[in-house]
Amino acid sequence: MSSLRGQIRDFTHLRYKRRKLLSLFISFLLSLSALAAASCLISVFGYVIWKGLPHVNLDFLLSLPKPVGETGGGMFNAFLGTLLMVFLGSVVGIPWGILTGVYLSEYGRGKFAFLVRFSADMLASVPSIVVGLFIYVLIVKPMRGFSALAGAASLALIMIPIIARNTEELLKLVPNHLREAGLALGIPRWKVILRIVLRGSLGGITTGVMLAIARVAGETAPLLFTALNNRFLNLNPTQPMASLPVQIYTYAIAPFDEWNQQAWAGAFVLVIFVFVLNLGTRWLVKPTALGTRD
Amino acid sequence: MPDDILSVEGLCAWFGEHQALKSIDLNVASHSVTALIGPSGCGKSTFVRCLNRLHEEVPGASASGKVLLQGKNIYDANVDPVLIRRKVGMVFQKPNPFPALSVFDNVVAGLKLAGIRRKSVLKEVAEKSLRQAALWEEVKDKLDKAGTSLSGGQQQRLCIARALAVEPPILLMDEPTSALDPISTAKIEELVVQLKKDITIIMVTHNMQQAARISDRTAFFLLGELIEFGDTSSLFTVPKEKKTEQYITGKFG
Ligand SMILES: Nc1ncnc2c1ncn2[C@@H]1O[C@H](COP(=O)(O)OP(=O)(O)OP(=O)(O)O)[C@@H](O)[C@H]1O
Ligand SMILES: [Mg+2]
Repeated sequence: MSSLRGQIRDFTHLRYKRRKLLSLFISFLLSLSALAAASCLISVFGYVIWKGLPHVNLDFLLSLPKPVGETGGGMFNAFLGTLLMVFLGSVVGIPWGILTGVYLSEYGRGKFAFLVRFSADMLASVPSIVVGLFIYVLIVKPMRGFSALAGAASLALIMIPIIARNTEELLKLVPNHLREAGLALGIPRWKVILRIVLRGSLGGITTGVMLAIARVAGETAPLLFTALNNRFLNLNPTQPMASLPVQIYTYAIAPFDEWNQQAWAGAFVLVIFVFVLNLGTRWLVKPTALGTRD
Repeated sequence: MPDDILSVEGLCAWFGEHQALKSIDLNVASHSVTALIGPSGCGKSTFVRCLNRLHEEVPGASASGKVLLQGKNIYDANVDPVLIRRKVGMVFQKPNPFPALSVFDNVVAGLKLAGIRRKSVLKEVAEKSLRQAALWEEVKDKLDKAGTSLSGGQQQRLCIARALAVEPPILLMDEPTSALDPISTAKIEELVVQLKKDITIIMVTHNMQQAARISDRTAFFLLGELIEFGDTSSLFTVPKEKKTEQYITGKFG
């Protein structure tokens, strides 16, 4: 039987060599695609910095747009508008999204839950411009005018499904035996959910919320139909309001060099905002044992 | 009997269409240890989970029959399962301390979440429960460490302390030592015997020596039915039922 053993050895030897080559090749492919993805990000970043950073100055950050023909001016109204609308949208969207996620994970059974989950998935994949149109019909038309409220509503509508599904997935990672441990201590179900299940997944949920905020902070399309734009500083939520993405859009397609430059500067600020939000979340939220693994 | 703390009458349990328990009758005397034995899947876990109404938390699960706890049926329509679970504590097969909480917070979790906030009370209860669970000496210097940082055996005793902290008159234990080494197992067995003077214990075990060592009475389950229930010493030496004898002599199961 020694020849058989020899054959096996030859065979495995051959297989080993081939396996090693294949493994090398696949690793190379993987690194290549990772590199491609990373270099895209880096080049977008670099380009925005290169085009935008030179035009960022105090005047740009703190003053309002000048009328056509005058030089100077900034995007202060747009910064404030984006902050305000993202804030208003978050006030509605975050609790709504989290509650929906808790429902889906902890109580959601049967047809109704299936329907909710399905609609959330659909809503999450609907193009944001359609969300804008929807809010236009729902709020802008009845109120007879564009408004920051309508803008915030469209942002909230984009946030809700993202946060809900993320929360649901995270809560489902919490092993069931922890819920049972809580219930067995004579703790009511809602308290078990709030103090044991949710608390343990707080890190992941916060990350999801931050990513949702970052996502809507850069939305342009839904704001075009809802908040429109405003050349003046406006803090009244029932009036049209400027926002950074819309301002960038408007300035970028304008036939004036200075506006184009300001668009780049605005893009730079937006990218930095999103970047800081992402990094900040990662730094702030240390992964806890619960919710990330068993 | 008047001094029975728990008496089960005609208890049936289902998972959807599947009937896991078939009309179980069983009485448990105060300050006793009752062991539940039987082959895998015979319904031991289901049975203990019916005693604190945890069974019904499984989607699709249901139960019928009576479980009289200190004379009152816990399945009466107006009974709040949360209050039952404060009286009937439970320790699970796998140690399951709350991961985000410290040793101390794990022990007092039941009290804290019931709204008790006085530090002095919590401290007192934590020490008392940890001593009862024979864990105090080992963890008194690391009460603020994560509960999950303890060894498996210590974690299980932590879970026992956590269950004891809400002072339940009855403690259910579902194979509490099956994930543990012999030394931790011996500690927990000793603990069970100690605890008997304060509370009543119902324990599922696959280890027949363990049942023989620590229990006063033993119940043998098979395919969702209670085959035999009696004093441990006689059940293991002169079983009345053929099936019991076959099981304890290792002829099947
Ligand atoms: N969550 C569940 N859903 C559906 N059926 C279940 C569920 N849990 C248990 N069962 C079924 O109920 C019956 C009794 O199970 P149970 O867990 O009570 O057995 P057990 O005696 O505790 O077994 P083991 O010794 O393996 O722990 C089995 O037939 C099992 O398949
Ligand atoms: Mg079991």
